[in-house]
Amino acid sequence: MELDSLYQEVILEHYKRPLHKSLKANPTIQVQHINTSCGDEITLNLHTDGTVIQDITWDGIGCSISQASTSVVSDLVRGKSVGEALATIDAFQAMIQSKGADTGNEDVLGDGVAFAGVAKFPARVKCALLGWMATKDAISQSQSKNER
Amino acid sequence: MASLDISSIKRDFPILSRKIRENNRLVYLDSGATSQKPNSVLDAERDFYTQHNAAAHRGAHQLAEEATELYEGAREKVASFIGADVDEVIFTKSATESINAIAYSMGNAQSGSRFHISRGDRIVVSEMEHHANLIPWQELARRTGAELVWFKVTDDGRLDLTNLSELINSRTKIVALTHQSNVLGTINPLEDIVKRTHEVGALFVLDACQSVPHYKVNVKSLDIDFIAFSGHKMLGPTGVGILWGRKELLDEMPPFLTGGSMIETVTMESATYLDAPKRFEAGVPNMAQAVGLGAAVDYLSAIGLDVIHSHETELTRAAISGLRTIAGLTIIGPTDMTLRGGVVSFAIEGIHPHDLGQALDSYGIAVRTGHHCAWPLMRRFKTVATTRASFYLYNDLDDVNALVDGVERARKYFVER
Ligand SMILES: Cc1ncc(COP(=O)(O)O)c(C=O)c1O
Repeated sequence: MELDSLYQEVILEHYKRPLHKSLKANPTIQVQHINTSCGDEITLNLHTDGTVIQDITWDGIGCSISQASTSVVSDLVRGKSVGEALATIDAFQAMIQSKGADTGNEDVLGDGVAFAGVAKFPARVKCALLGWMATKDAISQSQSKNER
Repeated sequence: MASLDISSIKRDFPILSRKIRENNRLVYLDSGATSQKPNSVLDAERDFYTQHNAAAHRGAHQLAEEATELYEGAREKVASFIGADVDEVIFTKSATESINAIAYSMGNAQSGSRFHISRGDRIVVSEMEHHANLIPWQELARRTGAELVWFKVTDDGRLDLTNLSELINSRTKIVALTHQSNVLGTINPLEDIVKRTHEVGALFVLDACQSVPHYKVNVKSLDIDFIAFSGHKMLGPTGVGILWGRKELLDEMPPFLTGGSMIETVTMESATYLDAPKRFEAGVPNMAQAVGLGAAVDYLSAIGLDVIHSHETELTRAAISGLRTIAGLTIIGPTDMTLRGGVVSFAIEGIHPHDLGQALDSYGIAVRTGHHCAWPLMRRFKTVATTRASFYLYNDLDDVNALVDGVERARKYFVER
């Protein structure tokens, strides 16, 4: 049934046991993102040397979709180069905003493909993107900080 | 007291017979956000456009005459609905616009006017206000240097009135409070607050968005100065709200929106303005919507607000006692029925409101989830969001049971899976 297409087992698993949900001290950049329509918020710490994402840790409150998706992105992009990380985030965003047309590539998105069903629930797209957009923001802030 | 024939009422609301998410009966429990509309309201709007459409108060032709009569007729209906004089009822776009109109009018008032507000003056609100009755006052305070202070909310969701006479003091210019919280369902006791407000020479503004649609509100017996509410929460169309003010205040209050239809004489340099209500209704008005609201008032009056209120009280009592049997569920707001309306907010351990709302939606049940435009109140209760069910005359005990069963089913889905 429709509800199960949204709440995949993988999503509920990440929600119940979120990865990297504990802020590590001395980040390169810290960002805070809020979903203004529901009040959900996350704080995300990025550690990077400018070329590689060394660590992403986070904390926050929100629905299962936003929490699980932040858990997934924090695990997925760590260890990736900055360019690879940004490409992964773009691929996720394209899938989520495709209204169901793009079901995602598991090789690129890992557990992220479990969120393909969210695309059919327009009100939840923002929830699914919260952690990903925070990560993207942190990366781009860290780059402009590097340039200075 | 007569009880409601719900199945006949449901037939008046075409939307209530549609199916939701596959083949579920629609259980609409979000009337606190906006109510559904009966056929008589839809017909009144359509009839206005198909038979009488013209600019009210402009033009000498028959249609303009009929449009004017219908528009002014709607004003009379609203006036008698809230116990006001006709000239005191102003049509706006919404409650939000009504409240902004007061705030901007005060901001426009010159010194010497009783509306003038400046540094050292005080604006009093409460922690349970909808953003619509908070941000306009924050902005007025910012523009004028006045101080914004507020009543706190107790753990059981009531206004904390222990510091009433300190909060409302001789520096207070305006007290703006909600009649009923759109989150907690609390109905605020107004008598002492209004008395104190007038004692210090301040003005009392009532946000009646959640009260006027559901029970009798008489502006004269409440002894208040202004009231604001929206048509769309009381079976009327969107795009029409009401601002009521006491005649002698409206006569002195500077306008907020200016332009056509509100002037007496105009030269290239200046203009003089008509008396209320026209002074506050610049431009060609929202006639069809006002006429629709008039039909909504007729519909509510024919059934009777007392009957509607006692029906909603019965549903609310049943909902609260049903919901409280669910493991890990907490009601946010008063659980006793004294001074309480048909809005029930709750939280369940381990399930975020968005997820709960999503599950309920898949069973055909429409509830509101989120901060309900009352972010400070969420913070007060140390949460970011709640789930809210709100009832109206077309709901019945089947709807309440569907809610209670649905919440339990959702709990099993998320917590026990
Ligand atoms: C208590 C309260 N005040 C003000 C408003 C604002 O009404 P509107 O959005 O129709 O202007 C609402 C409804 O959203 C409300 O519930």
